[in-house]
Amino acid sequence: MSPTWCRYRFMVLLMIVMQLLVACGAQNADTAMPQGESATKVKPTHVVPISDWQPRQLTAALGGSGATFPNPFYQVLISVYTTHIVPTVQISYQSVGSGQGKKDFISGLTDFGGTDSPISADDIASQVPDAIHIPMVLGGVMPLYNLPTVMQPLRFSAETLVGIYMGEITMWNDARIGADNPGVALPELPIAVVYRSDASGTTSIWTDYLSKVSETWKTAVGKGSSVQWLVGIGAPGNAGIANTVQSTEGAIGYVEVGYALSTGLPLPFVKNAAGMYVQPTLANVSAAAANVVVSDDVQQLAQSITNGSDPQSYPIAAFTYVLVHKDTYADLTKAQALADFVYWGLTIGQDAAVRLGYAPLPTNVRHAAIRALAAITVDGQQVIDAPVR
Amino acid sequence: MAKQPQVGSWSSGNTLLQHGDVPFRLGTVALAGSVVALVFVIAVIMFVASAEARTAFGIDVLVGQDWNPVETELSAPSFGAWPAVRGTLLSALVAVLVATPLALGIGIFLAELCPPRLSAPLSFLVELLAAIPSVIYGVWGVFVFVPLFNEVFSRPVSNAVGEYIPWLAGPVATGRGILVTGIIMAIMILPTIASLTRDVLRLVPNTQREAMLAVGATRWETIWLAVVPYARAGIIGAVMLGLGRALGETMAATMLIGNSQRISESLFAPATTAASLVANELTNSVSALHESALITVALALFGITLVLNLGARLLIWFVDRRIAGGRS
Repeated sequence: MSPTWCRYRFMVLLMIVMQLLVACGAQNADTAMPQGESATKVKPTHVVPISDWQPRQLTAALGGSGATFPNPFYQVLISVYTTHIVPTVQISYQSVGSGQGKKDFISGLTDFGGTDSPISADDIASQVPDAIHIPMVLGGVMPLYNLPTVMQPLRFSAETLVGIYMGEITMWNDARIGADNPGVALPELPIAVVYRSDASGTTSIWTDYLSKVSETWKTAVGKGSSVQWLVGIGAPGNAGIANTVQSTEGAIGYVEVGYALSTGLPLPFVKNAAGMYVQPTLANVSAAAANVVVSDDVQQLAQSITNGSDPQSYPIAAFTYVLVHKDTYADLTKAQALADFVYWGLTIGQDAAVRLGYAPLPTNVRHAAIRALAAITVDGQQVIDAPVR
Repeated sequence: MAKQPQVGSWSSGNTLLQHGDVPFRLGTVALAGSVVALVFVIAVIMFVASAEARTAFGIDVLVGQDWNPVETELSAPSFGAWPAVRGTLLSALVAVLVATPLALGIGIFLAELCPPRLSAPLSFLVELLAAIPSVIYGVWGVFVFVPLFNEVFSRPVSNAVGEYIPWLAGPVATGRGILVTGIIMAIMILPTIASLTRDVLRLVPNTQREAMLAVGATRWETIWLAVVPYARAGIIGAVMLGLGRALGETMAATMLIGNSQRISESLFAPATTAASLVANELTNSVSALHESALITVALALFGITLVLNLGARLLIWFVDRRIAGGRS
């Protein structure tokens, strides 16, 4: 399916842009937190303290391409930034998919890339030794099911999800699902498994999680943007999965948390590594990265965060990254403009992320991302003096 | 004697160029040639880009049954697109089988039987079907047709005879598969076949009908024995055009076929088509080999369409020669 079809966040996006326009009109980002009803029904959980840092009014044109998953977020950032914050800068981002984004970035077609999956170690060593992955936001993936007779949100353990997607659990009244949901009357209904037919970062996150919790899954199926599924049917896009699940009794699929929040789907519980059943709220998705060990090497920020150890963490989550070069930008002004924009996105922009249904970065990761930004140099000259906050 | 008009450089140039004929001819030749060049360039580019997969897997890319983009400890990545090729051919076959009789009926009615007052609005409506974007057929299929078809046909039939006839076997879960895709594609290609059939039937000379009526034939005999056979070649061409559209249909197929790489005998089971496989996986392909394999599948689809069109040409040529009197 074409990615533009059924752009589910479109309404939300419009509202955000308008809210942010109002906010920026007030000329004071601190008091300009829009308090209107956000369409995602998510309260801002996270307010970045504002210092006197201001982006420089530089004249430059920046081009980027890549992942579709953060595209609504990036488009809002770009729109607000280029109309109200730094009107002299031009930024374009084409959502062509993570794979193409990495390719464009490696071959130097773009100034920055967007990707959900890190560039492979081989490619980094041989082609872009100075690539930096800067985490921008987190996304979560959650199971979605259709059981009209079950009112309360179901609880899933990792073993159950693996069993269902391996084709070992075929009925809803299987004892293994029952064990996760004591007291719930599960219907005697066959399980219809649905997966993403289009190669996507959502599938990467989902299969990364299944690979991490199950050795069988890891060896038999593995992880990737499209894998060889053992059971079920494929539907294109989040909307495709949601429609298929909603029109089929007994179906189970998986969708992005942001999509589920913006369309008001019920949130199930998933058991995390600490043994707690947690719902995929934005705070819980953010918590997935709360306990990660952040490398001091700014080029080693990319990591898998599924099945995190924090008791609050929702286990099926991942970063999405912006790719930048560490020391091979030729044009100082361009590099400065890019660094300013990314810094703005990492700090003030995180509130927009919340409103769009993305989970903001936890503080430790955000600080690491800012330090990585500060490591960018052109001819040995640091391009941004970014306060870590 | 009148003075000879001065022959200037402008008019001599004009004479040289035959008053625009030469540039006009060159221009049209260039435009026509660009179409040929475009097809050629597309084929060459796809052939080059598919080299990696072709050398790695050979013919297995098309006849292998194992499509696994991801390397795991148990299995290396392998790309065998037979499920997609098979799904493409089967769903297009279903589409043509369903659409041809319907379209023929519509075409005959519009050309031969319909009162002139009704003919124009009816033709317009049939042609309107062709103007609907395929994504709308897909959406309608997902929300309306598939649930309905499951309820009234797929489930009862698979419950009743599925045990004995493998290609009607259940279970029908979501109900997406080759049969529903084929039927929706049949609706999509219906207007193409119907309006072309109508046009070729209208071109049949009246002498054919008059001769038949003169020897006392009924209307049915006239149409079936004198008019339709005369237009045979054109009708076959129309069906082939429809088949071409069904083979290449991407959007509606992706939404309705279930996108599963496993081969199942049942027409109710999910499958995949070459076009939807490429559309689904190319933008976010896992590796260079994956991308190359997808381009090979696209090349195969290109080849299938080409062979089909050539076949249609040959068939028309063969049928044409057997008609006494030939074209009017």
